[in-house]
Amino acid sequence: MTALDHIRCLSIIAHIDHGKSTLADRLLELTGAVSARDMRAQYLDSMDLERERGITIKAQNVRLEYKGFVINLIDTPGHVDFGYEVSRSLAACEGVILLVDASQGIEAQTLANCYQAMEHDLTIVAALNKIDLPAAEPERRAAEIERVLGIPAEELLHISAKTGEGVAELLDAVIERIPAPKGDVDAPTQALIFDSYYDPYRGVVSAVRVFNGALRSGAKLRYVQARQDHDAEEIGVRLPVPTPVATLGPGEVGYLVAGIKEVGQAKVGETVTDANRPASALEGYRDPKPMVFCGLYPVEGDDYADLRDALEKLRLNDSSVTYDPETSGALGFGFRCGFLGLLHMEIVRERLEREYDLALVATAPNVEYRVVRLDGSVEVIDNPSSMPPLNEVTAIEEPYVTVILLTPTDYVGTLMELSQQRRGVLDKMEYLSEDRVELVYLLPLGEIVTDFFDQMKSRTRGYASLDYEPAGYRASDLVKVDVLLNNTPVDAFSAIVHRDKAYDYGRKMTQKLRELIPRQLFDVPIQAAVGGRIVARETVKAKRKDVLAKCYGGDITRKRKLLERQKEGKRRMKQIGSVEVPQEAFVAALRLDE
Amino acid sequence: MFGVYVHVPFCAHRCDYCDFATWTDRAHLIDEYVDACVEDLQRRVANGQPDAASVFFGGGTPSLLEADKLVRILDAIPRTAGAEVTVECNPDSVDAAKFAAYRRGGVTRLSFGVQSMRPHVLAALGRTHDPANVQRAVALARDAGFAHVSIDLIYGTPGETMDDWRATLDSAIALGVDHISAYALTVEPATPLGLAVAAGERPAPDDDDQADKYAFADDTLSAAGFEWYEVSNWALPGHECRHNRCYWDGSEYVGIGAAAHGFTGGRRWWNTRTPERYIARIADGPDAVTGDEVLAPAARVEEAFGLALRTRSGATVGRAAAPVIGQLASAGLLTVEEDRIVLTRPGRLLASDLTARLLLAGAPG
Repeated sequence: MTALDHIRCLSIIAHIDHGKSTLADRLLELTGAVSARDMRAQYLDSMDLERERGITIKAQNVRLEYKGFVINLIDTPGHVDFGYEVSRSLAACEGVILLVDASQGIEAQTLANCYQAMEHDLTIVAALNKIDLPAAEPERRAAEIERVLGIPAEELLHISAKTGEGVAELLDAVIERIPAPKGDVDAPTQALIFDSYYDPYRGVVSAVRVFNGALRSGAKLRYVQARQDHDAEEIGVRLPVPTPVATLGPGEVGYLVAGIKEVGQAKVGETVTDANRPASALEGYRDPKPMVFCGLYPVEGDDYADLRDALEKLRLNDSSVTYDPETSGALGFGFRCGFLGLLHMEIVRERLEREYDLALVATAPNVEYRVVRLDGSVEVIDNPSSMPPLNEVTAIEEPYVTVILLTPTDYVGTLMELSQQRRGVLDKMEYLSEDRVELVYLLPLGEIVTDFFDQMKSRTRGYASLDYEPAGYRASDLVKVDVLLNNTPVDAFSAIVHRDKAYDYGRKMTQKLRELIPRQLFDVPIQAAVGGRIVARETVKAKRKDVLAKCYGGDITRKRKLLERQKEGKRRMKQIGSVEVPQEAFVAALRLDE
Repeated sequence: MFGVYVHVPFCAHRCDYCDFATWTDRAHLIDEYVDACVEDLQRRVANGQPDAASVFFGGGTPSLLEADKLVRILDAIPRTAGAEVTVECNPDSVDAAKFAAYRRGGVTRLSFGVQSMRPHVLAALGRTHDPANVQRAVALARDAGFAHVSIDLIYGTPGETMDDWRATLDSAIALGVDHISAYALTVEPATPLGLAVAAGERPAPDDDDQADKYAFADDTLSAAGFEWYEVSNWALPGHECRHNRCYWDGSEYVGIGAAAHGFTGGRRWWNTRTPERYIARIADGPDAVTGDEVLAPAARVEEAFGLALRTRSGATVGRAAAPVIGQLASAGLLTVEEDRIVLTRPGRLLASDLTARLLLAGAPG
């Protein structure tokens, strides 16, 4: 056990691409944790998806030794969807390094995480990175940080994680400014789990920070929220190579293996204590609730069982994904899945397709609605097709979020226009410097889960950033738009939208479908309806010609091969009432980006 | 019924839409080619080829051959009494002497590639003949004593109006022929037309326009006394092309010449594609067949069903598909005549779709 005054626990808060992983690489080198020979770029980002996307999804941690001090570097997930995980990582720290690109300036998410760090009373050591680049404007960016976070410009360190310039000074500042952890080794044990992942050979491996008492290898541990006891099979630290230790004392950070088979039994925020001398739970535990939902269906109906197995396995590793079987008239058997946010949804879907080799159709994402029935009862709805008829409902409430947008001043107009189109209400507008503005909007989450992020990026050429946090439910004038093919409603295309946008949604969907649905033997009306009233209509005109002109000697073999293909094509069609729809039409119609 | 198809792979000019095996630069091969066809036939006859009830010279442009060469080939084909012998002709490459020689040699029927009677439509198809040549050629044929004259038409060429099509049909009927084939222009990928369409330089034919023109043709030809007997074929009663029927009713036939197809002993087979290779293969013996397939019984049933469904006789059906047949009948796409179904005019235009649908429903009876 290391003496408390020689330990520092901290996270790095930075925007994507601002250099967090590169700084982590330099720290590993500088402290001798990884030799230059073994170094590879972005050493701590372990998932393929993380490296590809340049973001950290699962938090990693590493124990560094520097000038006689133990520095526990706790990585935080880098995306808005994982706000709760960020808060638990911060709860394991006494301070943070705020790392800001000296040419880009602070971004919305970084700001949101900094606010969180301040709420946790963490010490912030701010550094401007990439000062070696010609575009760097350290003075201007320092003034912004001073203005928005109240950190004096002269306290900012100027570094280049790439060249290593200023990194040693940064470590010195960390030791000097960030307070040592507090804790009592003789008190009942309290350790916080701030990350868990599933290892197929070892079961769940949790990252833990000890606050009081000590974790001892072999001890019987109690998981307070899960109300379960497990034996500590192995306790260790990451140097960054996992290295078993006998004990972890107050202020120490490491990993814990206790023979647990799914991460749902060792959730982020869990308190681990001694089963024989239990302490109370640490504050701040929350069961993260899914915010965004969609239906996931196998493209090939035969793959349903494989999809179920894949979801089961995935959940061993990611307890924040929820899934329940559902049946769609259009898409067959699948699952209604819940995610922390849009990125989380995308990551899960991509992992299912990549790691489990599945081809999936995803329905348009939606949020969870609260429907107040005439008798006052409240029903929670996560699938548009289960929305009761409007005449049985007194109110529909939808989740709102507070959105922080940071943007160069040039784009304020277009972002305000976008936010207003999405039913946003401006809460605050503040100039961070003469060329950067902070906008705070109250927005329905449902408006964000469609394509708000992409729109924001394209309207601002990638310069704006956003972060959001839940702001409760509010009643809205929402309606369900049904899409009917030949007078049969197609559940997969139903959506809950604001009344003002019902026509727009209906028109877009019917037009898209008119292009995607092949001509049939009869006219196929495609209608969008709100509460039985048709708001948009298109028609796929009947096919009139599908015949070979010539059929003589040499054409016969060709004709038979064509016939085989035509039969196979018909077999693969989904039958909606009497309309044959190719699977690809569903995939294309449900794609968001068009 | 047994038939012989002879392919003549030579043309003076290649049309933009044509993907047949034909060449414009190989006239020097004609003598050797004719010899090879005769040799091929003699071996087959020696091996017991039955007498043919129909012979069809197709191409290419069979009328490009000198008449005595064509007749040499015909002479090598043992025929039944009253056999039908058709020669495809280009209206530009015929004269009275050639027709007289055909008659003497046993040709009974001529088929002219007319395509359109409107010069701008012919130009869009990459054809060169003058519509007036058609009248001249048909008159020569009649003068030579041919009772059976057919013409081929193409409809739905981009740029062809309904008035153009009406004019073509009216002129065709006025020619006094006894058989008319009318084909929707089909864009084949490896043709000048196909390449131009793929490159966006020329518009593709429009299905609805072609459907309208098909209906118009069927009305116009019916009013003039023609009856449809296959999707793309109309004839005065009793003047149907016998050779065509043999493709559609499962009769056997042999193919002579480059790229010709045959169907014998339950086996579909085809000859090597170029005239050079055909000549060389026949010289090496025994034949020039380059590929074949033997159909499994189920595939044969399905093929026969699909072919029969294109004809006025229709296809026989069993009970299994009764619900589907009922739906299609009430949609006006087919009629039920005892144990047979016959496609209506809208149904004919959808024959491929309906065949697939009916086969999936287990229709063949």
